[in-house]
Amino acid sequence: MEPSISKYIWTHTRPQQIWVLAVVLVSMIPFFLALDLPKQIVNGPITGGGFETEGATQPFMRLVFSLPWLGEVTLFPGLDLERMPMLFALSGVFLGLVIVNGLFKLYINTYKGRLGERLLRRIRFELVDRILRFPPETFKRLKGAEVASMVKDEVEPMGGFSGDAFVTPVMLGGQALTALTFIFLQSVWLGLITAALVAIQFTIIPRMRRRLLVLGRARQLTARELSGRVSEIVDGIGTIHAYDTSNVERADVATRLGTIFKIRFDIYQWKFLVKFINNFLSQVTPFLFYSVGGYLALNGRLDIGQLVAVIGAYKDLPGPLKDLIDWDQNRQDVQVKYTQVVTQFAVDGLLDPDLQVLTAMSDAAATQQPLNVVNLRVADESGAAQLERLNLRIHPGEAVALVGEAGHGAEALAEAIVRLVWPKGGRIALGDADIMTLPEAVTGRAISYAGGDAWFFSGSVRDNLVYRLKHAPLRVPERAAEAQTRRDWYQAEALKAGNPDFDVESDWIDYGAAGLDGPDGLLARFQAVLKTVQLDRDIMDLALRSTVDPTQYPGLASDIVALRRALRDELAARGLRDLIVPFTPGAYNIEATVGENLLFGTAMGPVLQNANIGSNAYFRSVVSRDGLAEDLFAMGYEIAQLAIELFADLPPDHPFFQQLTFMTADDIPTYQALLQRLNAGSFATANEEQRNQIIRLSFAYVEPRHRFGLLTDALRAKIVAARQQFHEFLPPELHDAIEQYDPERYSSSANLLDNVLFGRISLKHSDGAERVQAAVRDLLLSQNLTDRVFSIGLDFQLGTQGKRLTPVQRQKLNLARGLLAHSDYYVFNKPLQGLDARIQDQILRDCLVLLRAEGRQPGIIWVLANPSQSEHFDRVVVFKDGGLVEDGPRDALLAQDGVFKQMLRA
Amino acid sequence: MLLKEEVQMLRQVPLFAGVDPGKLKLLAFTSQRVSFREGDVLFHQGDPGDAAYVILAGSADILTGSDNGLIKVAEVSRNAIVGEIAILCDGTRTATVRAQNSVEALRIGKEQFLKLMSDFPEITIEVMRVLAERLSTTTTELTLARSKLKLH
Repeated sequence: MEPSISKYIWTHTRPQQIWVLAVVLVSMIPFFLALDLPKQIVNGPITGGGFETEGATQPFMRLVFSLPWLGEVTLFPGLDLERMPMLFALSGVFLGLVIVNGLFKLYINTYKGRLGERLLRRIRFELVDRILRFPPETFKRLKGAEVASMVKDEVEPMGGFSGDAFVTPVMLGGQALTALTFIFLQSVWLGLITAALVAIQFTIIPRMRRRLLVLGRARQLTARELSGRVSEIVDGIGTIHAYDTSNVERADVATRLGTIFKIRFDIYQWKFLVKFINNFLSQVTPFLFYSVGGYLALNGRLDIGQLVAVIGAYKDLPGPLKDLIDWDQNRQDVQVKYTQVVTQFAVDGLLDPDLQVLTAMSDAAATQQPLNVVNLRVADESGAAQLERLNLRIHPGEAVALVGEAGHGAEALAEAIVRLVWPKGGRIALGDADIMTLPEAVTGRAISYAGGDAWFFSGSVRDNLVYRLKHAPLRVPERAAEAQTRRDWYQAEALKAGNPDFDVESDWIDYGAAGLDGPDGLLARFQAVLKTVQLDRDIMDLALRSTVDPTQYPGLASDIVALRRALRDELAARGLRDLIVPFTPGAYNIEATVGENLLFGTAMGPVLQNANIGSNAYFRSVVSRDGLAEDLFAMGYEIAQLAIELFADLPPDHPFFQQLTFMTADDIPTYQALLQRLNAGSFATANEEQRNQIIRLSFAYVEPRHRFGLLTDALRAKIVAARQQFHEFLPPELHDAIEQYDPERYSSSANLLDNVLFGRISLKHSDGAERVQAAVRDLLLSQNLTDRVFSIGLDFQLGTQGKRLTPVQRQKLNLARGLLAHSDYYVFNKPLQGLDARIQDQILRDCLVLLRAEGRQPGIIWVLANPSQSEHFDRVVVFKDGGLVEDGPRDALLAQDGVFKQMLRA
Repeated sequence: MLLKEEVQMLRQVPLFAGVDPGKLKLLAFTSQRVSFREGDVLFHQGDPGDAAYVILAGSADILTGSDNGLIKVAEVSRNAIVGEIAILCDGTRTATVRAQNSVEALRIGKEQFLKLMSDFPEITIEVMRVLAERLSTTTTELTLARSKLKLH
């Protein structure tokens, strides 16, 4: 990138700058005309100049030029107008000029704004483009948040400046020079004085402002570091809590803020000091005019008219001068910021843009070349060798196990093959071509990689899987006319700002790369790879636990509802009929709480949620009929008594409190006091608040769990009756507050599994939940719903960096992504370290089977976490101390009784 | 069955004989009532031990896995406690327990069970007595088995 911002702006916006300058110059004509016109109006029609006699006329719009050689040229002889029409004619012209000036201003400002925004877009893109081409070791020192703040905030002022970069100095300089020249013409002495003061202003002020620039730079750096620190705190929050270091962080942040404050306050102090001096210098000039000019005038060396003219001309000088100095300040400020950013992004060894050129070819992968490692040397940050003079040849179709203790070179080789680290010497070649010179379009598709540290972008499981297959926009979507216009605009505008015009809405998925003809086979492919890494069950469970908007999956709702009956039949067939107690509109569900039995639905908003329901007038009116409120009060009273009897003398952290679902340990004293105040549990004498508090307890009661024996048949019937009344006369304003349980309808507020169960799992069986889930899974399979449910699981959002998955799930998903595409080589670098050895072994075997399915024979390079897994490979390469010590078929190595055999024994 | 009846039943379990009825009620409340049908497994050998069971009704076989399949080593019935070893040793289940007929049991979570022992020395002593009894039975059986082996 260009070293100076002015040069950068000039390079990228030269024609536009010249155009806007030309427009500004043209706009000067109506501007000065408009300045002159008021004088004409006042002197002419208003005070009557030229209209002294009755009926006198003056020419209007007479255009006469006197040119050399040609004499007088009359373009327009003018209209003869009387005083009154002349007033209106001139005023009309004035209005016209005002409009023309305004329009010029509008056009110029819009033009400059657009120019600036395009330039800003160009800079930002160029910076991100550079990040994409940084060599890998750069990222060991970069903090994401600092880079982000550079791209986002620090370049922002450059856009605003670019419109003024050339126009402003020309304009203001011109104005200042004109005024100065005029003063010189009136009096050389006064001209010299003015020029001298201007010169002083122009030397002192920028010099004083230099300190401001230094401070500005410091402010930029400290602010950037602050954002880096804040993001570190966010990322490291677990460590901070675990080690009780939150106050170290507080101290650090407070100190940083103190430094920033000091710098900013210094800036203010200097800024206003400079302002003061600047103002003083501009005000001191008139003082000299009055004193020196007056002296000269009194001595008769200057006539008074000239002096007045000079003072008048000087009036126009400070404005432009001040603006010019401000502009210069702004320029330097932007220049500093620009230099700061550019030096950060000027990294040695930037990837050649040709290596990342957009390539659509789907069969780029079909190289069938051996991997040749020649004299390879890899070193870490400190320069310590991780691999030294390594020579190795891996043939297409070979399955090679790399073994060795951690840090002895196997991992480094795997990383070097996929360019995660760059060789310090020697080379890795695909056939004859050094992989460092091959485009990523070739290496990225010919070689699939999965390491132990998985990275996921925020999005769904599906998005992150399919990410492996997105290399180029392959199929342009069909667009409606309106969308096409918008797309055309995007494309044209991107090119104007030096951005690429790749269509992000196109289908980028290279189905061919996954061995597919089109989108249809994709789901099956996902299932296959996820099954291989044993993540398919997890995906199904995620789906069953997710709340699904049925409008997004047409037909799903009715199928799920149909599944309810099928599940009952299935359970009955397995002799487990009583495992689920279904919700039936006319019956009390003994496994559900009293509250749930009353509401018989899911509260959709805050109005009918547990905490507020007691204060809802309609609900209260329903409950108070037939003495139900009294019954519930009596029930709650008894629950409170029993709870206090059982728990009153236990310490609050006693594990038994886990079973007390309707109260916390802190509630016990409150209820103790409440029971004492209540007159032997009399409903009549209790006040509103007390009633609520007691009745609330009854709502959480589940007979089979709490076993207090408080539910009589009569009470159950009463509750069911109240439920029916509640729903029958539900006022319209509450219709959206609750979704009633309906055996024939899908509930969009419950998750998929609850929708299938549509009831409560009985507590009687200790493993009831697992049995039911197993039955549901079998049912989905037999009802051909697996694919659709699986698809819902694929839509599970991973959260930032995939943190909504467990570490083990993340590793599995990462491996699955590595398996997805058909490549010549698969490089796996201890991809499953977090798993049990037994599971690792199973998955490894299944991976090999999957990769060799359909007669494919890719090269597989697997860095093993455990040397005993090497039995599945054709060839074993053993690393020790950064070098290759043994290489050959496993049996041959075992016969040697060398390092490998020792490792196996260990 | 209700809490009050469970307390009545718990009082008849020798393990809890010395415990105050109020505390038994608390124990009943904080533990879970589970029922098993004939052939259902209370827990499998090798599973992590997360709870002990007090058999309230019915009986169950205690089985251990060997190379020849599961071997029945003992039988438990009403008022017996099973599954406490894995809790005490903080390990996995040493045997599989399978219901012989319909079994009603009280499932006492690990944390609750340990708390119970530290709060009531009577229970600890009773647990020790049960364990010692089992040990002596095992020793006798072992002696018998060894002498049988010698004879052959």
